[in-house]
Amino acid sequence: MRPFAAVGAGLLTLILGLAAGGYDPVLALAALWRGALGSPDAILSALLPRAIPLILIGLGIGLAFQAGALNIGAEGQFYAGAIAATWIGLSLGSWPRLLAVPVVLAAALAAGLLWASVPILLRLRFGVLEVISTLLLNFVAEALVSWMVQGPLQEAKHIYPQSDPLPVAARLPQLPGTRLHLGLALALGLAGVLWVFGKRTLLGFQLRATGANPLAARVMGGVNTRRLFGLALGASGALAGLAGGSEVSGTSFALFQSLSPGYGFTAIAVALLARLNPLATIGTGLLFAALEAGSSAMQREAQVPAVVVSVVEAVIIVVVLLADSTNRNRDLAEAGV
Amino acid sequence: MPHALELKGIRKRFGRVEALTGVDFTLDQGEIHALLGENGAGKSTLMKIAFGLVEPDAGSVAVGGAEILKGDPTAARRLGVGMVHQHFTSIPALTVAENVALAAGWSPRPRKLIERVRRLAETTGLTLNPGLLVAELSAGLKQRLEVLKALAADARVLLLDEPTSVLSPPDAEALLSRVQEFRARGVATVLITHKLSEAMAVADRVTVLRKGRVVYAGPVTDTNAEQLAAYMLGELMNGAPPRRAPAAQPLADVRVKAEGLAVHRLGGSGAGLRSANFVVRGGELVGVAGVEGNGQRELLRAIAGLASSASGHLEVTRPVGFIPEDRSSEALIGEFTLTENLVLCQGRSAPWIRGPWVEWEGAEQRTSELIESYAVRAAGPRAPAASLSGGNQQRMVIAATLERRPAVLVAENPTRGLDVRAAREVMDRLRSAASGGVAVVVHLSDLDELLELADRIVVLADGVLVDVPPDMSREDIGRRMLGASAG
Repeated sequence: MRPFAAVGAGLLTLILGLAAGGYDPVLALAALWRGALGSPDAILSALLPRAIPLILIGLGIGLAFQAGALNIGAEGQFYAGAIAATWIGLSLGSWPRLLAVPVVLAAALAAGLLWASVPILLRLRFGVLEVISTLLLNFVAEALVSWMVQGPLQEAKHIYPQSDPLPVAARLPQLPGTRLHLGLALALGLAGVLWVFGKRTLLGFQLRATGANPLAARVMGGVNTRRLFGLALGASGALAGLAGGSEVSGTSFALFQSLSPGYGFTAIAVALLARLNPLATIGTGLLFAALEAGSSAMQREAQVPAVVVSVVEAVIIVVVLLADSTNRNRDLAEAGV
Repeated sequence: MPHALELKGIRKRFGRVEALTGVDFTLDQGEIHALLGENGAGKSTLMKIAFGLVEPDAGSVAVGGAEILKGDPTAARRLGVGMVHQHFTSIPALTVAENVALAAGWSPRPRKLIERVRRLAETTGLTLNPGLLVAELSAGLKQRLEVLKALAADARVLLLDEPTSVLSPPDAEALLSRVQEFRARGVATVLITHKLSEAMAVADRVTVLRKGRVVYAGPVTDTNAEQLAAYMLGELMNGAPPRRAPAAQPLADVRVKAEGLAVHRLGGSGAGLRSANFVVRGGELVGVAGVEGNGQRELLRAIAGLASSASGHLEVTRPVGFIPEDRSSEALIGEFTLTENLVLCQGRSAPWIRGPWVEWEGAEQRTSELIESYAVRAAGPRAPAASLSGGNQQRMVIAATLERRPAVLVAENPTRGLDVRAAREVMDRLRSAASGGVAVVVHLSDLDELLELADRIVVLADGVLVDVPPDMSREDIGRRMLGASAG
């Protein structure tokens, strides 16, 4: 029930905020609805394509948070994946699609992993907190993209700060007439795999134990908590990289700055609202994608700045965290602690 | 003259459990008052109410005649009440001095503070280096810090919740004689304990709680240890505990063999264990005696495979079961269910592991069986470990540890914080493990318990392990523990 209450609180804030700002809440919410869910086209071309990166990244963040690895660097890992996918994709024009697309996605995945391996190394070797290193590497990745699209990866005419479009062979297949691409199947499939991993495998369980109490996991379970910490953070980076690859290969077909409207940060909210559960991440990914998709329609039709949606997202997260902590306090009080 | 502390008609209920059912308690000025009772009798809850940490459902609390608002620890502190909790309440990342400053409300400016804390440590006799990080302190030194903190805030009323449970006998005695000195200065002390000898030795008056009710209150001279034990335990306590018969069966193969073993101090620098030559065979129960910080933690954890040797040689037959001292932070994951904790403990070798998969149904069924056979009081296999009382948590930890069929069992102060009955049960479990052929190595901070339990005693003093002849007296063993630690 708690996640629903949180979403309700977020929407209520939105309505009050709109009214206080002098906007017509009814008009604005209608636009939000139309933009996200109002038509098959809205769903297939606006909502679902946005949900794909949110779900993919959210799954990774859920995994990392479960193991106690606070990965705030998904935005950077996403861009690392996007750069790798563009680079490899541009050179695979002559390959058959069946081969080229998996290679492009694998390159993106590897790049995300590589980007995350820096904070892993820093943490395990030198004790540098991953919260800080992953966050800072976001800025490095964004600067790298900016340099790439004005340098090595700039389009042939050297006018615009973006890459050439990917050859068809390197593009994920789309549902004809829409912008929905095969990345959705990938995201849903991975959610299922991770759910089974967490619920049914010993490794998934030990990963949770590592996050819950690393000392007990090591002392009682003989778990190599450093290895699992690194594994979870690495997998999280790989998934964010994969999201960057699928965005380039399935939606934008090119690399440019602000390719991501902050997916890497929104996905933290997606994972937290889902309480780190992979299947619930599908639902919360769709919800936040709907808010993002609807916000552009709201701006267009009701002149409401799209940024209010960020406020709604923030309120949802604060309510979830608040409910968690009051709950924990009540549990402790009942246990007599 | 008003009472130093007066509690009237205190009632408290936690969920369905009635922890206190109308308790009256008075502490006179300048007396030492022992509060006795089993685990769960309500001792800690009563004192937390006196300190304002827990709000009673009914009743009143007055300090020095002034009634304090319910559930307000700052008011209690202002009126001069200091409390030492059963669990450590210091911040590991801060120094000793900073923790004292935090508790006493002193300014944390480093140079003055260190001097002030050093003086406090000297005047109270609780010697501690103010500049040390709390994370580097052993359990005994952490407890010393807790007492220091309670005294720092100029307390006129001291509430001590089992302060000696983690102290070695000489440290415990030293602490109790400090408490007696404070009495001479007019400080009134409540001593929560389940060690009857302590209560008899230092208390003026004693109150016994059982199941949330006062079953005895009066001067200590009007009663004796047997009578108090009967009050505490009810009908269950009859006669002396059974002494361990010397191991009759032939001892099995060598399971632990250490030669010149040295181990770095855990959480600190230098050598914790300097030299140990040591053999344990299957079926043997070896007790490691030693004052906190003399290397027993390092020895036990090296055998358990949790600390690596700095030099020397160590051979241990696997699998090794380990019962860590700190239940809540190491032995169990509080928010995990009992089943999950069992699965964690068993790791890959458990029958419910098929390749990479966990068959949770099998694990849960086994947990139910263990709950049954170890008489763990829990709502079921899905109850979170944190919802169990200390004694029941320890039952579960022992069940899970023995479930691995260990060749060697290492137990680090496994009776810590348990009441008489629960502690005896733990000791019985260790004994029966040894009779079953397991090589058991155990450290208990209570030397009497250790002598009662073990086949053979080794003493660790200043990181050096020495064997003790079987006929050596308790006093000589104690002297050996101390002799080297002074050097």
